[in-house]
Amino acid sequence: MSFEIPDDLYYLETHEWVRHDDGTARIGISDFAQDELGDVVFVELPDEGEALDREGQFGVIESIKAVSDLYSPVSGTVTTVNEALFDEPELVNDDPYGDGWMLELEDVSEADLESLLSPDEYRDQIE
Amino acid sequence: MALRKPPLRGTHADRGAKFTEFGGWDMPVEFDSIRTEHVAVREAAGIFDVSHMGEIVVSGPDATRLMQRLTTNDVTCLAPGDGQYSAITNERGVVLDDTVVYSLPADRQPEADDETAYLFVPNAGHDTEMHERWTTHRDEWGLDCTVENATEDYAMFALQGPDAEDLLARAAGEEVRDVARFDVAEATVEGVDLLAARTGYTGEDGFELLLPWDDAETVWDAFDCQPCGLGARDTLRIEQGFLLSGQDFDPDDEPRTPFEAGIGFVVKLDTEFVGRDALTDARDPDERFVGFELTERGVPRHGYDITNDEGMVIGGVTSGTMSPTLDKPVGLGYVPREYTDPGTAIRVVVRGRQKSARITETPFK
Repeated sequence: MSFEIPDDLYYLETHEWVRHDDGTARIGISDFAQDELGDVVFVELPDEGEALDREGQFGVIESIKAVSDLYSPVSGTVTTVNEALFDEPELVNDDPYGDGWMLELEDVSEADLESLLSPDEYRDQIE
Repeated sequence: MALRKPPLRGTHADRGAKFTEFGGWDMPVEFDSIRTEHVAVREAAGIFDVSHMGEIVVSGPDATRLMQRLTTNDVTCLAPGDGQYSAITNERGVVLDDTVVYSLPADRQPEADDETAYLFVPNAGHDTEMHERWTTHRDEWGLDCTVENATEDYAMFALQGPDAEDLLARAAGEEVRDVARFDVAEATVEGVDLLAARTGYTGEDGFELLLPWDDAETVWDAFDCQPCGLGARDTLRIEQGFLLSGQDFDPDDEPRTPFEAGIGFVVKLDTEFVGRDALTDARDPDERFVGFELTERGVPRHGYDITNDEGMVIGGVTSGTMSPTLDKPVGLGYVPREYTDPGTAIRVVVRGRQKSARITETPFK
């Protein structure tokens, strides 16, 4: 089975992705991760304004069969959480890189971004 | 130790199934998605490969006596082709396993008038232990019967859902419609002779098919319906409040009597069985198996604490899930009897946070 791994994102070993755009980082989990979890039924996310550390736990995602912690690929301050996931957690399954995004951060460190996996490196990890 | 494999392990893998270890077996947990499979069983039909379930065949002049002494229900009321749910308890009345006991249909009974043949189905991974338990007690009590562990002679499929009867009737003939709940009958599918039992673990109408191991592919292919894995089997049985061996009861980790576990109806105290004396004094237990639903967001899981409304730990969650049918978090567990009335407020500690919940009747609605 092949999984979608967009080329414009960076990845953490624990399967979170980050899209960096002009000082703002959007975060979610990968296509591979949502497939491994199966039907997502619950997502717990931090409050806006919360400061996150790189690789710090920022929330929890639960599928029917499993519970997983969520880790931030970069340090930064939460500016927005995707509240649609509280009512429609299945968006993570349906569109992990689009409507299933989780957080937006600001004050993101460039150095953090450089230490993440490239799409090719992430592809190697899951294959 | 290497995992035991069901006969269709390769076929399921080719179909894209994901696998999990269960009771020492490498079993498909999910083919498409748990939700898709769950809904198919509630609304139409699904087929499960449950070849990890054990099969023990007991036959001979003393087969009835041995079965009667090692299971809590009354096997003497079974005629050929009848089945019953039962429990297996130790001397302390603790449930070692739950099982379905079938008196085999007439054609599979021994020819001698004074002999009877039974097949019972222990849970995954319990077949060796149960075979040993049966043979040890047979020898100790000097009974005349044979006990055969036939687990790897039989594949087992569960065809479940409102359309299951039509599917089986199309494949095996109209007479299967006459098989009553818990009964077992001979049937033939694609030339394969098998046993069709009107049992299941989903709360839906359906059949469990016991067939020769080597004919598994032929019979599996005869049914055009949703293949389902153990994930959906778990969500379906939790919605019904059905026990899972090794999780909702376990002689080591969760030792429970049948009365605590809510299956006192399979204990016939007027028969002689191992554990009877202990159970005679245990009919009104202090702790009982209940269903509950969370009224806050979160998913209850095995091992989470249950507290009372003041936050004092009073019990534990043994099973839980987000119900795909009801779209709400539901769970099963044990609490003191003063907390068992439907509507009683409790809390479930979900990753350190106390979430509001209430006791509810099962099956969940």
